[in-house]
Amino acid sequence: MTHHRVLTKTRPQALRPNSFWLLGPAVLLLIVWTQIPFALTLYHSFRRFNLLNPERQGFVGLENFASLLTDPIFWTAILNTLVLVGSVLLITVAVGLLLAVLFYQEFPGRALARTLAISPFFVMPVVSALIWKNMLMHPVYGLFAWMAESLGQRPIDWLATYPMPSIVMMVSWQWIPFAMLLILTGLQSLSKEQLEAAKIDGANAWQEFRYIVVPHLAQTLSVVVMLETIFLLTIFAEIYASTSGGPGLATTTLPYLIYLKAFGEYRIGVAAAGAVFAVILANIVAIFVLRMIGRNLQGGRT
Amino acid sequence: MSQGQRIRWELTLLAYLAAGIMFFPIFWLFLTGFKSEGDAIAIPPKLVFTLTLESIQEALTRSDYGLHFLNSIISALGSTALALILAIPAAYSMAFYPTQRTQGLLLWMISTKMMPPVGVIIPVYLIFRDLRWLDNVWALALIYTVMNLPVVIWTLYAFFREVPHEIMEAARVDGASIPQELLRVLLPLSVPAIASAALLSIILAWNETFWSLNLTAAQASPLSVYVASFKTAEGLFWAKMSAASMIAILPVMVMGWLAQRQLVRGLTFGAIK
Repeated sequence: MTHHRVLTKTRPQALRPNSFWLLGPAVLLLIVWTQIPFALTLYHSFRRFNLLNPERQGFVGLENFASLLTDPIFWTAILNTLVLVGSVLLITVAVGLLLAVLFYQEFPGRALARTLAISPFFVMPVVSALIWKNMLMHPVYGLFAWMAESLGQRPIDWLATYPMPSIVMMVSWQWIPFAMLLILTGLQSLSKEQLEAAKIDGANAWQEFRYIVVPHLAQTLSVVVMLETIFLLTIFAEIYASTSGGPGLATTTLPYLIYLKAFGEYRIGVAAAGAVFAVILANIVAIFVLRMIGRNLQGGRT
Repeated sequence: MSQGQRIRWELTLLAYLAAGIMFFPIFWLFLTGFKSEGDAIAIPPKLVFTLTLESIQEALTRSDYGLHFLNSIISALGSTALALILAIPAAYSMAFYPTQRTQGLLLWMISTKMMPPVGVIIPVYLIFRDLRWLDNVWALALIYTVMNLPVVIWTLYAFFREVPHEIMEAARVDGASIPQELLRVLLPLSVPAIASAALLSIILAWNETFWSLNLTAAQASPLSVYVASFKTAEGLFWAKMSAASMIAILPVMVMGWLAQRQLVRGLTFGAIK
């Protein structure tokens, strides 16, 4: 951090670039398209505004929040969201950890195998929904149906019978690579000496994993959990393209409910109130992530 | 010794198996893209079949595949270019001339990336409607710019901080102005960082589906929206659907393969070292 002082010495204050012009455009754009819209969301959440009946609008206080909180659909959506995020977190962290340990080993063809394993993360959500919904889970022509039949079982109509577990499977497939990549990065900063020392002390593979690798990864895992939570809370396209929130409300999550209220029922006020909840939910986690990022920024170079 | 090697060998096999399982749905999609419609829904599923380019050809010529592909390219590349133009000076300023407020500013920028899109979609939609920006691919690119700006700024900032200040000072002693210093000294040094920031931004924009579904219709919709239209064509056009999907995901998957390392850095904002 000392070189900043050196820098101001070589370039006097007057010659320092005007950070207003360097930073201004980026900051302005972020304010105009993130902060102001959120303020407007807040504004709309206190107003009656239906796109089909735009004349009848005005301040309604907490009415939108009241109608949302007393609507059982809202609580179903919140529960669905928590089930989806929680299950995907569990699966992706567990499988991601396993895969990361596997790919930490050096073996011929490792780069290729790892590349194949992380590929699902780069598939656009709609396409992954189409693959799973049709080619894998279709009750007649799907691969799973064929597998069940060849094993003498009755094929299952996955999305109709187990809608939420199916979505969880689909989303987990996409996010396992993310967890794996992050954990792998964490593993690679694990010191070899520590592992050697444990071996000399007679630790077996399990003990080594349990008492050295896992604690070391605690911080990495917490970052994975927090970042994934933030991203998973916004899951939309997978549901849109596979179940459309159904059957019934079985896979209607908070983002999907807000979408339905705003663009299905045109009830802007109620949708905005739902959006405020979504932001609060994300912020509960984001505060912790930002604190951690801030600490690392302070800690010097990354 | 021999036991250690046996375990390793088994783990290796397990790793290959895991990679195979993870990649299988994509492999199956690609395979189906080369099938005829009849083979695509055949039971038992066909691993061996007459390879045909018919479905790909049809997907490409059918309706407006070209238009949607172009929309994807405009929104992904346009937003990335704009994000770089805005991010390079911003990251330069924060990395080389930090003030008391720099860290807070950077954290604030990162925090905008953590705002769920549903938190802002309604006002953005209404603003777009009033400005007549709905179904406009450039307007979509603007939103993608905002979406990716924090990631791009962060990636560049993290790299700029590592650039030795002596190099910049040497240029300064030679009398370079700030734009010269930026363009002639810093940017050539930063090609790898700029490339990885760009790759990441292109991937995220290309695959984005919430904004594109809500802000575009027939004219401006990128491939993500076009492919979603297959969701109702259930059962009948799997080969065509697969072909269209394959072409939609392939370019960005290759980019993802190239950018896997930078991905961690870019998406974690340095929370993982």
